[in-house]
Amino acid sequence: MKKHDENEFGSRVGYRQIIDEIPRGSRVLDLGCGDGMLLDVLKRLKNAETFGVEISQEGVSQCLEKGLYCFQGDIDSGLADYRADSFDYVILNQTLQDTKKPEYVLCETMRIGKRAIVSFPNFGHVGIRVKLLTGGTMPRNRLFPYMWYETPNIHLLTIRDFQEFCIMYGYPIGKESHFSMQRGRPVPVRAFPNFRAEYGFFVLDGDRYKERRECNA
Amino acid sequence: MNSLNIPADSVGLVETRTFTFAHPPRELRLVSGKTLGPVTLSYETYGELNADCSNAILVLHALSGSAHAAGFNSPEDQYPGWWDYYIGPGKAFDTNKYFVISSNVVGGCTGSTGPASINPETGREYGLEFPIVTIQDMVNAQWHLVRHLGIRRLLAVTGGSMGGMQALQWAISYPEMVQSVIALASSSSLSAQGIAFNEVARQAIFRDPHFNGGNYYHGQKPDDGLSLARMIGHITYLSDKLMHERFGRRLKNQELPAFNFSSEFMVETYLHHQGIKFVNRFDANSYLYITKAIDYFDLKADYNGSLVSAFENVVSDFLIISFTSDWLYPSEQSVEIVKALRTNGKNVVYTEIESDFGHDTFLLDDERTQRNIHNFLRSEFEKAR
Repeated sequence: MKKHDENEFGSRVGYRQIIDEIPRGSRVLDLGCGDGMLLDVLKRLKNAETFGVEISQEGVSQCLEKGLYCFQGDIDSGLADYRADSFDYVILNQTLQDTKKPEYVLCETMRIGKRAIVSFPNFGHVGIRVKLLTGGTMPRNRLFPYMWYETPNIHLLTIRDFQEFCIMYGYPIGKESHFSMQRGRPVPVRAFPNFRAEYGFFVLDGDRYKERRECNA
Repeated sequence: MNSLNIPADSVGLVETRTFTFAHPPRELRLVSGKTLGPVTLSYETYGELNADCSNAILVLHALSGSAHAAGFNSPEDQYPGWWDYYIGPGKAFDTNKYFVISSNVVGGCTGSTGPASINPETGREYGLEFPIVTIQDMVNAQWHLVRHLGIRRLLAVTGGSMGGMQALQWAISYPEMVQSVIALASSSSLSAQGIAFNEVARQAIFRDPHFNGGNYYHGQKPDDGLSLARMIGHITYLSDKLMHERFGRRLKNQELPAFNFSSEFMVETYLHHQGIKFVNRFDANSYLYITKAIDYFDLKADYNGSLVSAFENVVSDFLIISFTSDWLYPSEQSVEIVKALRTNGKNVVYTEIESDFGHDTFLLDDERTQRNIHNFLRSEFEKAR
């Protein structure tokens, strides 16, 4: 099997932190797993049991090439069949902002995973703020490369939005390690992350989240 | 075609063989409670069984298929077996690597025991005295064949449509023998709409004046009924879009309508041709029995209405493939299977292939389907070793 170049997956947003976060032998579900590279790395480096959900036929095909188990489907329209706590980690890496029903997706994520890893581009980043303030048009940059009329990012959010969301829904935040990408490498941002970090990174602690509710799609 | 121009990626000339078992008094016990014996199954094999017997794949056919899945039975054969696009050297089911067994079904008419066989008790053809067989019975019969071939564990059991139903049943009936299942355009139960089409097809046969209560083996056969049944079937195997593109409203010969009831639309001609072709190779009674087996198949009903319970004890890995334009075995039915497997925490890959070719897509030369099967098998084979 083809070995991935260390830099190749290291340069993919969120991968480095997720790989560091997940203990060996974990059972992992990646929602929106794309070509399955993250799962493949987790399988090889962490001996993880890996599963994915991916909307595109081509993505699933690439997962199969890597020997991964992947479901072709829309995470907005059904995760209800997974049993509660059936994964050690459920990953939403740069996916949440593309979902139609983020509230539902997070509810299911917390139900089926003992832990959740959620990472997303931070719309509160200073670059975005300045662009909107000075340009007066929807900001476009490396994080949000699309025009407003073609963007899949339909639920934009900031790090603070997500913190407040977790408090409101009672999702215990186990860890935050927000970051920016510099020359293809993640760099942690500790001070004023909602202003300075390009990406939010949260580990939600499902073990401490006891009052599970039914998720309404 | 002669043997000199058999393509390089073909399994070449193959022989259909038979295996007979369940000799009285040790007959095959059927789901209905009746017994059947002796039972003959026809089968073909391609490739070589490896030393540790870890490369055997069982291929199962759909309603009108046979054991002849790949290659040519004689140098004069015009067409290869029904899944020749998938089975052969370097193909999805790579015969350089795997030992492929293609089995017919009990109730069939191409070398296996079915209604056209002689009932040893009467000395005449069974006809409608043949007991009703189910998908489970077909699988139980195939179990004897697989064991006869010295195989304890199958790397994969695969098939499309009714073949997929058998593959699912294999994983449930003999979990320890099935490492993986590849089910295409399949379902855990046929829809009411599907049963309706099957019933109309059966009625076409029943109402043929030559049907004679199923005893037609020594006179004229109910060819009109059987060909009509096949025409109905063919409508359900194709998609609306495909029919539109392939035939549209085009007329066969003339520019202007003839204003009579001759078969002048291209689509009519196509269906007639399919119907006529079919009666030469299929027995009307077998068509009745096999469609009935499909109708009865219901994994949910077998497990008190729970598909999740049906898959609780399976240990196989699954590749489930559906096709967007298949309205006979629609994607939702595949998703239902996949979800039941997910609830049980099983290893399952599901993909919905975009296709305009309807239910029959699984028989066609579809590169994406072939690549997915190839990759899935490769990792299953690595796991097995």
